[in-house]
Amino acid sequence: MALNDAAVPPALPAFGLSRLWRRLRRVPPLVTLCMLWLAVMIVTALAANLIAPYSITAFDLKARLVPPLLFGGKLLAHPLGTDELGRDVLSRLIVSIRMSLLIAFFGTLISTALGTMLGFLAAHFRGKVEQLVLIAIDFQASMPFMIIALSVLAFFGNSLVLFVALMGFNAWERYARITRGLTLAANEQGYAAAVRQLGAGPARIYGLHILPNIASTLIVSMTLTFPEIILLESGLSFLGLGVQPPLTSLGNMVGYGREYITRAPWIMLAPASVIVLTTFSISLLGDWLRDRLDPTLR
Amino acid sequence: MTPLLEAVDLHRHYAVRTGRNPFSAKALLRAVDGVSFRIQPGRTLGLVGESGCGKSTTGKLALGLIPPSAGEIRCESEPMPAAGTAAWRTLRRRLQMVYQDPLGALDRRLPIGEQIAEPLVIHEQAKPAERRERALSVMEAVGLQRHLLTRYPHELSGGQRQRVVLARALITEPRLLVCDEPISALDVSIQAQVVNLLLDLQERLDIAYLFISHDLRVVRQVSHEVAVMYLGRIVERGEAENVLAEPAHPYTRALVSAIPTVGSKRERILLGGDPPSPANVPPGCSFHTRCPFATAQCRSEIPTLQPLADGRDVACHRVHETPLRLVA
Amino acid sequence: MLLFATSRLLRAALTILFVMTFAFVVLRASGDPALLILSVDAPPDAIAAFRKAWGLDQPLWQQYLSYIGHALTGDFGKSMRDGRPAIDLVMERVPATLALTLPALALKIGIGIPAGIYAALHRNTFADRMTMALSVAGFTMPSFVLALLLVLIFSVTLGWLPASGNESPANAILPIITLGTAGAAIMARFTRSAMQEVLGQPFVRAASAKGLAWRRVISHHALPNAAIPTVTIVGFMVGSLVAGAVVVESVFAWPGIGRLLVSSVANRDLAVVQALLMVIAAWMVMANLAVDLAYGWLDPRVRSAVGATGH
Repeated sequence: MALNDAAVPPALPAFGLSRLWRRLRRVPPLVTLCMLWLAVMIVTALAANLIAPYSITAFDLKARLVPPLLFGGKLLAHPLGTDELGRDVLSRLIVSIRMSLLIAFFGTLISTALGTMLGFLAAHFRGKVEQLVLIAIDFQASMPFMIIALSVLAFFGNSLVLFVALMGFNAWERYARITRGLTLAANEQGYAAAVRQLGAGPARIYGLHILPNIASTLIVSMTLTFPEIILLESGLSFLGLGVQPPLTSLGNMVGYGREYITRAPWIMLAPASVIVLTTFSISLLGDWLRDRLDPTLR
Repeated sequence: MTPLLEAVDLHRHYAVRTGRNPFSAKALLRAVDGVSFRIQPGRTLGLVGESGCGKSTTGKLALGLIPPSAGEIRCESEPMPAAGTAAWRTLRRRLQMVYQDPLGALDRRLPIGEQIAEPLVIHEQAKPAERRERALSVMEAVGLQRHLLTRYPHELSGGQRQRVVLARALITEPRLLVCDEPISALDVSIQAQVVNLLLDLQERLDIAYLFISHDLRVVRQVSHEVAVMYLGRIVERGEAENVLAEPAHPYTRALVSAIPTVGSKRERILLGGDPPSPANVPPGCSFHTRCPFATAQCRSEIPTLQPLADGRDVACHRVHETPLRLVA
Repeated sequence: MLLFATSRLLRAALTILFVMTFAFVVLRASGDPALLILSVDAPPDAIAAFRKAWGLDQPLWQQYLSYIGHALTGDFGKSMRDGRPAIDLVMERVPATLALTLPALALKIGIGIPAGIYAALHRNTFADRMTMALSVAGFTMPSFVLALLLVLIFSVTLGWLPASGNESPANAILPIITLGTAGAAIMARFTRSAMQEVLGQPFVRAASAKGLAWRRVISHHALPNAAIPTVTIVGFMVGSLVAGAVVVESVFAWPGIGRLLVSSVANRDLAVVQALLMVIAAWMVMANLAVDLAYGWLDPRVRSAVGATGH
């Protein structure tokens, strides 16, 4: 400890891009692969209309159930083969990736926003509001969300907007719990109490101080929610209760491909492997991020 | 002269469970139990006592951070508005706080320059362009170098962080600063610097302090007046010189005698045991369980603050029996 | 302990009530229940009779009370497809689902816990890494994909096992494996981290430092403490089993409540969905209750600290 504390030379490295870069360089190769795969998926989703070789509804009855190249197919025009109506599997796969990622993306956003807001409300108002939020958390945690989702679909019927909103209710209680806990801690003592004492209003306290401080924990939780929603969406779509034709999603493709499992397994294998690889990549990336980012572990 | 801040018969009670069982009886925890004091502009009131005596709660009450169960706080003769209201938020410009743990009181995600200027943003005081200048000038006043403006709290030393907290509190030019154990988390070598800084700032800016501490030596150094708290009540209050040189209340005497000194031999009064729980305050004088001079009267009657000749107030039945001797 | 059990029972009852209220609110929010349950083309006098029978002409709070009353006696109305009481339809499917889920649960526990303990005790060995890689793969693989892969391998390619139906015990093998695998993976992962955490605790290190045989340290100190978080996960498993059954029963055409749920949702057979929701909620609540009680039995602190941990 220096005697004159005001004159301590800058011993710690500056926070910024260089430090971030140094951290990133020590990425294990498997995580790099996961990042690459996810990058490919994101680009595919964004550029789906540009790179899909055919329209997803364009069928070619002369080229039905054409096997892909790996299965001894000879048609370069259909590298992943065609389905029972002669539709190009690759094109359908690309469009499905976009659909599934979009649903998972918006679902995760809604879930995070909803949970964080409820967590803030509970921590801010305490008392009855908090009790209500806690009861809702208990309820959500005590029923498998798959069942809740199925009953809502039964009662309300299905539309894409409703379906995305429904996915947004998956796992909101995780964020509500985290946010409430961390906010209570920050409100009791520490920076939030200090800023409140300075005269700041709730918007400043929660938006500018607490939210940035708990963001890394929330982001880590998002890496759990995102694959969960992909699995949930594809599960429901597989059962025919999620994304409805003529739209297509990964689960929906597996569901239709299932009928041709003996004659044309590629219809089902292509989307299935995309689902597995994507959720696997995000989970691994999430594990790795948790070790890096979560301040509670540092 | 109108006092800057006046506390009138403040109470703060909490209902607590006596056991871990949810159906167990509730007891009343009297954290603050009838505290009155005045702080004059530019003066320092030192609030001393053991941990758990209600000092920090009194500090929070004084700022209006928590509402009193009874009694009231007046700031320049105006009653304290309820916490969170617009009037209360505006009042923050004049009443500020310095914390025991400066790292905890700072947002670790923001550079300190932004945090120091934040009160100006909150109260829309100064134009955006001037805020940086104001931050720099207040940093200079507390002895922080300009280049630290863009640093983050974890990159500073403990003393620097406390200076940042001070700078943030001072930027709105407050009239009163509540300092809750402001130096007890700092290294001994840094403590003196921060104390001198506080004295220096008071002289230059004419700020009043409510200085909460368990460290009598520091309190003696900074305070004009002191109030000694025991189990939520003030037991002795008066000019710092008088009270700390010649303590009248047995509790104050015990505290003063516990200050380590060099050379001089003084009587040492040792207190037995810990203070009783504030959820279970003894009847009569709450200090009687540990007081070597306690009599039957002390066990049944609550003493009130009585003025002494030199202007101080003492709450003790036996204070006029001079010199106090141990009861046989 | 009695107090602990009572407070948990109250909570269980509250959850059931919450689920019933949820179903009520969602049903009312989605439109006229008479039209929905009887279908739109029902004759007007049938609709009027239905309204009267169900008290739909009464104020909402009375409807709510009578709905709760009916639900408590197991009366959820009749299935719109075959006119039988919804609760009967559900109850006759329950044994088939239990025939899948109970063996699957045994599989999860039987594979997951030993694998997790083994991995924790042989940390950073090849076996540990393999177990963990398999476990990540196990829970990122959707059950329908696993199910179809198993069908592709064991039914289509090898022809060893039937792909669907429920004619013989052999039909149950693939569904049970599907249901059990993902759970076993999660189980292994949690057991491993619980074990690892306990092994790092001072009391375990102290026990081995004072010369206790390692085997005894594991069996007397580490395992009982690691069991506490593990039991919680088993509770979650029971819930995920029902969710998993929905998919797996559909893939393998197994006549359990999961498949019934999917077909009822597809047909919007609301009475059956409600009855199913209630049965599943009861099942979940009982599972959580069992976990809570096991928790209290395993961890002496929970017994005395009840209320202190409550909100």
